[in-house]
Amino acid sequence: MSARWKAWRNAALMIVALVALWELVYLLVGESALASPLATLRYGLRMVTSESFGAHLYDTMRAFAIALLFSVVIGLAVGFWLGFDRLSGDVLEPMIAAVYAIPKLTLYPILLLAFGLGLSAKIAFGVIHGVIPIILFTLAALRNTKPVLLKTGRVLKLSPSQTVRWILFPAAVPEIFTGLRVGFSLTLIGTLLAEMFASQRGLGYLLMTGIGLHNVEQIMAVTVLIVVFAAAVSYLLLHIDHRLHRQALA
Amino acid sequence: MSRVGWYRLLVVAAAVALLEALCLAGVIDKITMQAPHLIARDFYRIIVSGRMNAAIVKTTTNVLAALGLALGVGLVAGVLLHRTRGLRETLDPLFATYYAVPVFAFYPFFIVAFGLGDLPQILIGFMLGVVAMIVNTLNGLDRVPRVLVKTVRTLKLSPPDAALHVTLPAAGPYIVTGVKLAVAYAFIGVIGSEFILSRGGIGYEIGFAYLNFDNATMYPLILLILLASIAINSLLSWWERRLLARRGLR
Repeated sequence: MSARWKAWRNAALMIVALVALWELVYLLVGESALASPLATLRYGLRMVTSESFGAHLYDTMRAFAIALLFSVVIGLAVGFWLGFDRLSGDVLEPMIAAVYAIPKLTLYPILLLAFGLGLSAKIAFGVIHGVIPIILFTLAALRNTKPVLLKTGRVLKLSPSQTVRWILFPAAVPEIFTGLRVGFSLTLIGTLLAEMFASQRGLGYLLMTGIGLHNVEQIMAVTVLIVVFAAAVSYLLLHIDHRLHRQALA
Repeated sequence: MSRVGWYRLLVVAAAVALLEALCLAGVIDKITMQAPHLIARDFYRIIVSGRMNAAIVKTTTNVLAALGLALGVGLVAGVLLHRTRGLRETLDPLFATYYAVPVFAFYPFFIVAFGLGDLPQILIGFMLGVVAMIVNTLNGLDRVPRVLVKTVRTLKLSPPDAALHVTLPAAGPYIVTGVKLAVAYAFIGVIGSEFILSRGGIGYEIGFAYLNFDNATMYPLILLILLASIAINSLLSWWERRLLARRGLR
């Protein structure tokens, strides 16, 4: 049995088990607290094809895309800087790691006051979630470059820019990609959270109106949609991630 | 204190001074943010007056409940999964994509299912923390040196003895990493969900102050959360480093 086939079988098994669990919980707690998988699917299909849904999805995706772009650019720039400059890295790395552990949702009011209610606050919130892992992984990737590779560069008398292009960057790519993968997920989480607290449109907003209207089917349908999207993309990125790491070892 | 430590202090001091200057110069207006010295004064007043004590107690209790559940369930589940290879492989895709899924998206569903009490918040904190604990317990158990496993067999230790005297101590540093993450996640989960929708707690008070333009309450509370989470995180990181250093791992 090949490893790849096994991975797919495990993923499929997992999904079947989760849906079965969902149905079971539904049978236990009943209609008012939980929608059955089938009802959610039916509602979801109706919701996705409805007219207003496109606008909500577009809003979320636009904020997410811009936030991701900022996270990646800023994250890589800062990560490379801290990776190269030993002292700055030593000083700032633990501080950035500490910021990672704080409940960032409580910072959201500050962003709302600074950026106003709307797209830019959502983007900023996505960025402060996503940028940290990208910085930390990039920094670690550059620091952990094998000394023998750097020595080879010195023996070959490579210029600094050549060293970056032909040694540091290729050696760091697998780890940097891991950072981008985590950054992707966290940017999405940040953007959605921003929408849940204060916004007039987007998927997070749909979740919160679901609570207000006690529309269980809407809550479940949006939750499932978000989970499926996040899990699917992340699984794909994980696949690429593993392949990059394997190539680096070979 | 080391040179790097001084630099770190300097960076923080410079950032605070910059904020102070921008606020006093009027670049940042009063509605957006108060000057740091006013935040410090309000912080002192709130702590001394004790009017936030109920919120602090509520949040702390819920964080501890979420943390206790996450650590207990995570450790037991990690140990059990380590023994059942098939189940572990099946669950692998779930663990790998778990943190890509916005757990907060389940919060509306929990509110509908369990009402607006403490339980939904504790559940979110638990859900965020438990997988970090499981994954790191598994990681730690995987890294128990083979020679120790053989020693257990040679000495014919009973399973509880083996766990208490050999396996858990050997896996200790990695389990502490799990504990550190679970603490951060329990904080993020409880305070975040309080902030989104709840009836009390620090997260709720911050949201409430924001909605009332009450910066004199909002900023000191944000500061309180920043200080608390950074202090706890630094303490656990220090413990983790010490354990690793004792093993000669870092």
